[in-house]
Amino acid sequence: MSESTKPLASYGTIRPGRIVAWTILFLGGIVMMTPLLFMFSTSLKSAGHVYDLRLIPDQPTLANYIKVLSDGRFARWFVNSTLIATIVTLSCLFFDSLVAYTLAKFEFPGRRVVFLAILSTLMIPTEMLVIPWYLMASKLGWIDSYWGIMFPGLVTAFGVFLMKQFFETVPNDFLEAARVDGLNEFAIWWKVALPLVTPALSALAIFTFLGNWTAFFWPLIVTTDQTLYTLPVGLSSFAVEQSIQWELIMTGAALATIPTLAIFLFFQRYIVRGVMLAGVKG
Amino acid sequence: MARIELEQIVKRFGSLTTVHGIDLTIEDGEFVVLVGPSGCGKSTTLRMIAGLEAISSGTLRIGGEVVNDHEPKHRNIAMVFQNYAIYPHLTVAQNIGFGLYTSRLSKAEKQARIRETARTLSLEPYLERRPAALSGGQRQRVAIGRAMVRDPVAFLFDEPLSNLDAQLRAQMRLEIKQLHQRLGSTIVFVTHDQVEAMSLADRIVVMREGRILQVGAPMELYNRPADIFTARFIGTPEMNMIDATIGDGRVDLGANAAAIDVSGLASLPGDLGAGRSVVLGVRPQELTLLNGEHRDFPIRIEGKVRVAEPHGSETFVLLDLPAGQIVARAPSTVSFKAGDPVFFGATAESLRIFDKQTEKLIG
Ligand SMILES: Nc1ncnc2c1ncn2[C@@H]1O[C@H](COP(=O)(O)OP(=O)(O)OP(=O)(O)O)[C@@H](O)[C@H]1O
Ligand SMILES: [Mg+2]
Repeated sequence: MSESTKPLASYGTIRPGRIVAWTILFLGGIVMMTPLLFMFSTSLKSAGHVYDLRLIPDQPTLANYIKVLSDGRFARWFVNSTLIATIVTLSCLFFDSLVAYTLAKFEFPGRRVVFLAILSTLMIPTEMLVIPWYLMASKLGWIDSYWGIMFPGLVTAFGVFLMKQFFETVPNDFLEAARVDGLNEFAIWWKVALPLVTPALSALAIFTFLGNWTAFFWPLIVTTDQTLYTLPVGLSSFAVEQSIQWELIMTGAALATIPTLAIFLFFQRYIVRGVMLAGVKG
Repeated sequence: MARIELEQIVKRFGSLTTVHGIDLTIEDGEFVVLVGPSGCGKSTTLRMIAGLEAISSGTLRIGGEVVNDHEPKHRNIAMVFQNYAIYPHLTVAQNIGFGLYTSRLSKAEKQARIRETARTLSLEPYLERRPAALSGGQRQRVAIGRAMVRDPVAFLFDEPLSNLDAQLRAQMRLEIKQLHQRLGSTIVFVTHDQVEAMSLADRIVVMREGRILQVGAPMELYNRPADIFTARFIGTPEMNMIDATIGDGRVDLGANAAAIDVSGLASLPGDLGAGRSVVLGVRPQELTLLNGEHRDFPIRIEGKVRVAEPHGSETFVLLDLPAGQIVARAPSTVSFKAGDPVFFGATAESLRIFDKQTEKLIG
């Protein structure tokens, strides 16, 4: 096309608007990066130097990392968090999109009511839900179990909402063509509808995984057994054990960011590819 | 292959009835084309045959079996959609293979079938490509391939060519026709395009507002359209329509009496009651340019040239009559100037008389 061969109008010239925008983005970036940088910085300091607020540590040391990684509890919490976040994410991807697909593509009495009911739970903050969850968990004997930590997040209203919006953009012809070709409804969802919404699935996977990886309040409440702690709960228990050991907390936190980065980098590809796929439709 | 029988098929959407009791039998191996204006229920009818839309009342038989309550997958029908509905996330081979989803063939046999289908449709070089890297015509062929790859009892096409440009459409039309001749399959084809309908169909079904107006072979519809709607719909340019009234045994053309001479008409078909308002129909192709030498036509029309439209092999001339206008075909060797008076003649057989009220053919 001639479009792409034309030189970009703004190429080579820097407009004042750009400078303002970049400055704002740059400042925003600094504000967001600073705590992260201090986290890494502190994790490289020895206990005595924690309150020395220099960004580049005076005498950098890996001692904290060795200490944290050789402490069996940290490894356990890491595994707990990974396991829980992974299972909850998979569950959300599956159930949220199944519910969303049904709401988006099938006509049945009460469809709107069901959808509104699901949406309305989005308006209730977690803090208010914790008490009923806790009562439920204690009555059912789920306190101090993986299941207890996971059950509130296995299906989410947010995921249903997000996926429904995307399923609505899938042309009905795609589904009907599959129906005529003899696929059953589940196969149509799995083989046709889901692949067409991979960008949304990737976004949901990232949100859900991060949300569960960093979840603190509910796991703290529902667990008393140290071996069931998730990483955030475990790290905070570090903090209050004797005196607050900031260097160890920061080391744990630094280690905890690794999987989130990995998840993001992994799914990001699908988001980009999915966006390109969406352009082909029809 | 199978015959498809529709008996008093009705479709209601809530309180709205969009298909009003259709009776139609599609013979085994027949190519039937549904035509009609937008919203007349063509797609709805097709979708009821496919099983994508529930039948509100009536009976649908495929191969003699009542299938009203069968799911699409139990009807073994293949359907090609207007916007192809091929999957962007799958390759051409996988898309075609989708048609074999329920088949029990071995993997190798499936592969062979896919190759064979691709060869038939000249898609072999593209088997590993994704739809994004195909042209519109190639995408449409993939969609047809997916329908062809299994042996369906019938093919349903819902305006499959309407997204293609004119040239490609003509080419695909030929390909579909050849495909039908080769496979001998039962085909129900929906289109807006009367040229498509004429050139493809064994029989054309003209629909309007959820009812069938006329069913017949293309030339039957062309020569004896049952009503004004069909007469206008089939054939390009449209059939000319001239208002008239019947006055004791002859046609009274009112304001056009001076321009149209029908005195040569021997007689009118029997029982056209006097005083009845009628519409006379003549196709532009059935008018003959009269110059100098006076040939003997029972009907002669005089008009003033408004515009002439050369089509290469022929020229269509729009003529002003005292009341209204008509289009006539003339040889391309003649040139016309706006405002020139010209004469055209027509035979008695080319004249069709419709009742103005009921719009039905009466003579
Ligand atoms: N799901 C539906 N709910 C209500 N009305 C519908 C529905 N689907 C179709 N209709 C109506 O049924 C009528 C026939 O529609 P249909 O799609 O069969 O027309 P069509 O002949 O295929 O038209 P086109 O040539 O524009 O495709 C239309 O008036 C349409 O508005
Ligand atoms: Mg239609």
